[in-house]
Amino acid sequence: MSRFSDLTQLPDASGHFGPYGGRFVSETLSFALEELDKIYASLKHDPDFQAEFDRDLTHYVGRPSPLYHAERWSREIGGAQIWLKREDLNHTGAHKVNNTIGQALLAKRSGKPRVIAETGAGQHGVATATVAARLGLECEVYMGAEDVERQKLNVYRMRLLGAKVVPVESGSRTLKDAMNEALRDWVTNVDNTFYIIGTVAGPHPYPMLVRDFNAVAGREARRQSLEQIGRLPDALVACVGGGSNAMGLFYPFVEDEEVAMYGVEAGGDGLATGRHAAPLTANAPRGVLHGNRTYLMSDEGGQIADTHSVSAGLDYPGVGPEHALWKDVGRVEYVAADDHEVLAAFRELTRVEGIMPALESAHALAHAKKLAASLPQDKHIVVNLSGRGDKDIHTVAKIDGIEF
Amino acid sequence: MNQHANRIDRRFAALKAAGRKALIPYITAGDPAPAHTVDFMHACVEAGADVIELGVPFSDPMADGPVIQKACERALVHGTRLSHVLEMVAAFRERDSETPVVLMGYLNPIERMGYAAFARQARDAGVDGVLAVDMPPEEMGENAALFADHGLQSIFLLAPTTSEQRATTICHHGQGYLYYVSLKGVTGAATLDAEAVGAQLASLRALTELPLCVGFGIRDGATAAAIGRVADGVIVGSALVGRIAERADTPETIPQALREILGEMREALDRDARA
Repeated sequence: MSRFSDLTQLPDASGHFGPYGGRFVSETLSFALEELDKIYASLKHDPDFQAEFDRDLTHYVGRPSPLYHAERWSREIGGAQIWLKREDLNHTGAHKVNNTIGQALLAKRSGKPRVIAETGAGQHGVATATVAARLGLECEVYMGAEDVERQKLNVYRMRLLGAKVVPVESGSRTLKDAMNEALRDWVTNVDNTFYIIGTVAGPHPYPMLVRDFNAVAGREARRQSLEQIGRLPDALVACVGGGSNAMGLFYPFVEDEEVAMYGVEAGGDGLATGRHAAPLTANAPRGVLHGNRTYLMSDEGGQIADTHSVSAGLDYPGVGPEHALWKDVGRVEYVAADDHEVLAAFRELTRVEGIMPALESAHALAHAKKLAASLPQDKHIVVNLSGRGDKDIHTVAKIDGIEF
Repeated sequence: MNQHANRIDRRFAALKAAGRKALIPYITAGDPAPAHTVDFMHACVEAGADVIELGVPFSDPMADGPVIQKACERALVHGTRLSHVLEMVAAFRERDSETPVVLMGYLNPIERMGYAAFARQARDAGVDGVLAVDMPPEEMGENAALFADHGLQSIFLLAPTTSEQRATTICHHGQGYLYYVSLKGVTGAATLDAEAVGAQLASLRALTELPLCVGFGIRDGATAAAIGRVADGVIVGSALVGRIAERADTPETIPQALREILGEMREALDRDARA
């Protein structure tokens, strides 16, 4: 037993993680959530369902993903050994597919012919469009108009996969607005539509089931660490927007008290500027958005704040409720990496290891570099390399002043 | 007991005694600018409104269609906050001590103000009820008692998809009236089937004595009358807010426009009640 064992028992029956989470939705959505709750409860421990999920992860996604020792980069930094959990090598290029495979199986069991999703960087949209293509489901993806612009490549990928991409012009034209619009679609088309939420946020049961589907990465990393390092790692590092890849890596280690965990939020232009997307690190007050209570960036009047990050996938004012609790109980330390550090890490890993990380994942790398430098060489850090960077080439090129 | 505590109950009791149906307009506070809201509220009352639902603008109105989203945006351009909305209610109360006012919106502005501070200030301003669309009864916790202690009634939504078990819970916790959402979808959506609504309301009446008011899809006298035949009241939002939007550049013409459409609905509801 660990002093963190209680954390494995959450959420409670009503979807709460301590004071966080819950189901703060309009009554019009309650039925759909109750239905989802029932479907998931009936399948969670169903060996056939789990076998189907595992089979898809093995043969379609290509799991397990490697745990790669970034020896050269570690040597250059001169401190702890950095290991990369290569979620970027999954089919579709990010961790997001673990969850969409799982939710698509739920959609299939629910008999609904249409799926919708919100997306920021487009990775979740692509992963949803992919599973929809495979299962023959109609697919519509909501994406903030600003993100449509900065993630053109993923937009085209989704269209090739047969999905309809709907640019969302309201609000700040980013991820939160895409989620608003997806919720509006769902409430209108709830009879025939399954909403595949891409992160560990939203109303209960989404934070739980997205966590459960992503936890495969942490289970593998734990086993691989024992095999390749010969023991558990000293620290885990992952980026946190909504927090799904971090939750996936961390969750299977939650009781391992000797394993430190760092969640790296988007520092944007720097926390002091207010132009960031780091509600946990900045100690944003509690708030309610998109169905759950969490740390939430809003102004004094409770209006949701505009966020900023070089990475579209982390550009979100809230964070999954389980992360909020983990901050409060001290299980995870939440820190931020600013855009400048992130771009440096992006370039460095590309040049030193030949691995081009997603800008989201580069947040984790930026912090891992600092952490490794502060530790001796016999310490081991596992970083979730949650996605590959191809989608970000336009963003980086633009910063370099290059037009294609 | 607070003298304001039962304004909503008193109003519905009077309506029932008179055999009339409640006409409940919704407008977004601060739309198109904060200076007009109190005038609009009075115009609604002059046209026969029985309860006013005053929308608290929110940056992310997830349950609303484009009409009310844009109203929120217009109001937020002027920085209309919950604290300003409470000032508007207090100003309205200077000339109207009887018409119940329900604040309608999303939870986060209240969460950020703090529940105790909100309850106190809302009571002092003369608010009678609170309808936070993203706060179902299960999530209210101790705030239900806090609101009740301050004479604030908690108004809840019911939907066509609400299970009987949930409906029982909601009816148990509901106060003032129940807001039946007649359509799947967001506010401002299209068609309305009064017969189906009537059948659903009939089954709800077995669960509660509370007045059942219907919103979503009511746009003119005919739809108001059709729903008035099966419900205790009609709630009209997007149809009003749409007219405000059309006249946002000439706000001085808005009170008359509100009086016209609400007058038509009032007339249609009362004609039906007499028949």
